[in-house]
Amino acid sequence: MHSNVTTKVLRRQRGNVQKRIREVSGEQLSGAEILLKSLENEGVDTIFGYPGGQALPIYDALYDSKIRHILCRHEQGAAHAADGYARATGRPGVCLATSGPGATNLVTGIANAFMDSVPMVAITGQVPQALLGRDSFQEADITGITLPITKHSYLVKDPSEMAQTVKEAFHIATTGRPGPVLIDIPRDVSSSKTEYRRADRMNLPGYRPVTDGDPLQVQEAARAIIQSERPVIYAGGGVVISGAHEELLQMAELLMAPVCNTLLGLGGFPGDHPLSLGMVGMHGTKYANYAICECDLLIAVGARFDDRVTGKVESFAPEARIIHIDIDPAEIGKNVRVDIPIVGDVKRVLGQLLEILKPGLGEAWRDKVLAWKKEYPLTYCEKDCLKPQAIIREICRQTDGKAMVTTEVGQHQMWAAHYYTFSKPRSFITSGGLGTMGFGLPAAIGVQVGCPDDLVFDIAGDGSIQMNIQELCTAVNYELPINVAILDNGFLGMVRQWQELFYNRRYSQSELFNPDFIKLAEAYGAEGIRVSRPAELAPAIEQAISSSKPVMLDFIVDREENVLPMVPPGGALNKMLG
Amino acid sequence: MRHTLTVMVENNPGVLARVAGLFSRRGFNIDSLAVGRTENPLVSRMTIVVEGDDTTVEQVNKQLHKLVDVIKVSDITKDAYVDRELVMIKVYAEPSARAEIMQLVDIFRARIVDVGPKTLTVEVTGNEGKIDAFELSLRTFGIKELVRTGKIAMLRGFKTSSKNNNHKEEEVS
Repeated sequence: MHSNVTTKVLRRQRGNVQKRIREVSGEQLSGAEILLKSLENEGVDTIFGYPGGQALPIYDALYDSKIRHILCRHEQGAAHAADGYARATGRPGVCLATSGPGATNLVTGIANAFMDSVPMVAITGQVPQALLGRDSFQEADITGITLPITKHSYLVKDPSEMAQTVKEAFHIATTGRPGPVLIDIPRDVSSSKTEYRRADRMNLPGYRPVTDGDPLQVQEAARAIIQSERPVIYAGGGVVISGAHEELLQMAELLMAPVCNTLLGLGGFPGDHPLSLGMVGMHGTKYANYAICECDLLIAVGARFDDRVTGKVESFAPEARIIHIDIDPAEIGKNVRVDIPIVGDVKRVLGQLLEILKPGLGEAWRDKVLAWKKEYPLTYCEKDCLKPQAIIREICRQTDGKAMVTTEVGQHQMWAAHYYTFSKPRSFITSGGLGTMGFGLPAAIGVQVGCPDDLVFDIAGDGSIQMNIQELCTAVNYELPINVAILDNGFLGMVRQWQELFYNRRYSQSELFNPDFIKLAEAYGAEGIRVSRPAELAPAIEQAISSSKPVMLDFIVDREENVLPMVPPGGALNKMLG
Repeated sequence: MRHTLTVMVENNPGVLARVAGLFSRRGFNIDSLAVGRTENPLVSRMTIVVEGDDTTVEQVNKQLHKLVDVIKVSDITKDAYVDRELVMIKVYAEPSARAEIMQLVDIFRARIVDVGPKTLTVEVTGNEGKIDAFELSLRTFGIKELVRTGKIAMLRGFKTSSKNNNHKEEEVS
């Protein structure tokens, strides 16, 4: 994915000889102009942002730039949209905000990108350097605030540093384990002029991610794999990020090894493949969790053993040796003991493994796991009211499993993970690590901007959707025909489920009073469709798909449906409810 | 167990905050931290003493490595190294006690750096054990004020912590 960006940059460079001559001659440009030029050099075509006082020089330079700016209605929306854009396209997402509240409104979006390893560059205006540290109007120490949630950050102190800073920021954001990088630009830096020189070198002596796996470790892993009788592959978001889905498929088929996915790994392995076990963990399928509990070898590929996956760590994969392939050495041994660590890009390491692997011995094991898959399928009881699971199934059926699906966070997110069959990578875009309600709608906007020809669905809850509802206006404004499917149960559903199961049904503050979502959609200029009976389901989805406008579907669903199966928090994976 | 880490960092603004923040948010305990410039003005060196079992210290090491400003991390606990701390102690010193204090100063190869009407200020360098012992021996006279640096450390012999064939050394182009 990175090479794509590079070729694009190269093409642009070649095509623009005139510009280059000017660059060589050392034109006098403002910091803001250099910023925009450097962004263009990085191949940036879209910025999601919101203007304000200290960002005005940047917005002024943007006025002459060919970079498209999407004006979101809240900076958090801009950050999530950049995140969705990055996850869908594989190219870094860029968001831009002013100082102070503009910058702090980005914080949740930056943290979200950090937790899910999304390549993002966040640019903020800052008060002029003479006013820094004086509690000036709209001053916030945003590099300080975001220190623990960025991969790296810069406070640019002179316009002459701008070109190099941008180059380094994109390099850091997109290589190794991707992540958000913040560039904070005081107004005097964006407005004062200097001689422009294109940055061609980076000075990052402390940054050199390892991409190839150590050959000896790879050999040891191959030996363990060939010897194992009950292997399971546990594949995470790293497979999607590094584009290793083909290698993963080859390896699974060669070994006849069942594959379970993390939430962010969904789509990294075809959900309709016989070896696919779907999601593992707290809301994993029974067969995935049983497979983890009984395997003798766990091959973790680009996954980080999150507590929502492992449950009680002591009883996680108790009989298994663990191979852990990850580009981030700090993930190895962080949460569970690992027998064979391999640090490297998962696409490369899987490639190295495939060169030496032989067909596996796991036939009997595979048959056993596939029998579980038949015996304990995901189910729900059909009633004559509208079931949330049935809605996801119907969306999946009508889109042939090929839509780009974003979600908010909660029950609907888990149902989307269970009942939508993701067949291609980068098609499921959800807030995994941070669990950010309000992510799905702005993310869907970013996805639709990045992939204009794709059909985009935001699966939402009636609680989550109200956290960034203002972005519906952005979708209408830019004619982005996204579809928002609200599974409306009048509750903060996941909170209610926990209260039902673990707090004696004391529904403290989880029942919601909601606006009329149809009127709301219409007020924003979108289309609103309410669905309350099963018979209306299919035609409503058809209507939404065929509409050229953004559509908000309000599905009035069974109010107290639970997400099952469920491993109670802190429990072992094979002790599931439901 | 206590580990001594030598961390080479780029001399950039905010690098101390990045390192210190990392320790606090991941729940690692710093026993002491000393930082200063090196033979290369672009590089600073931190000596961090951290308490924890091997797994914890391995995490500390890896997390430090992840910081872009960190050039190199070495755990020198098991190597042969020289380490020093510096302490300054303002001790109550009535005329009657001065002789005895000065004797202790001699024994510990400390130095008197300031003389007041009622106090003496003494400095001593050494490893932690020596400094602890010196402090203890002055306690009987009454310590008015004490200030102590963190530990700095250097490998013995020809080896250095600042340069070797570590993969983080090379420049990214």
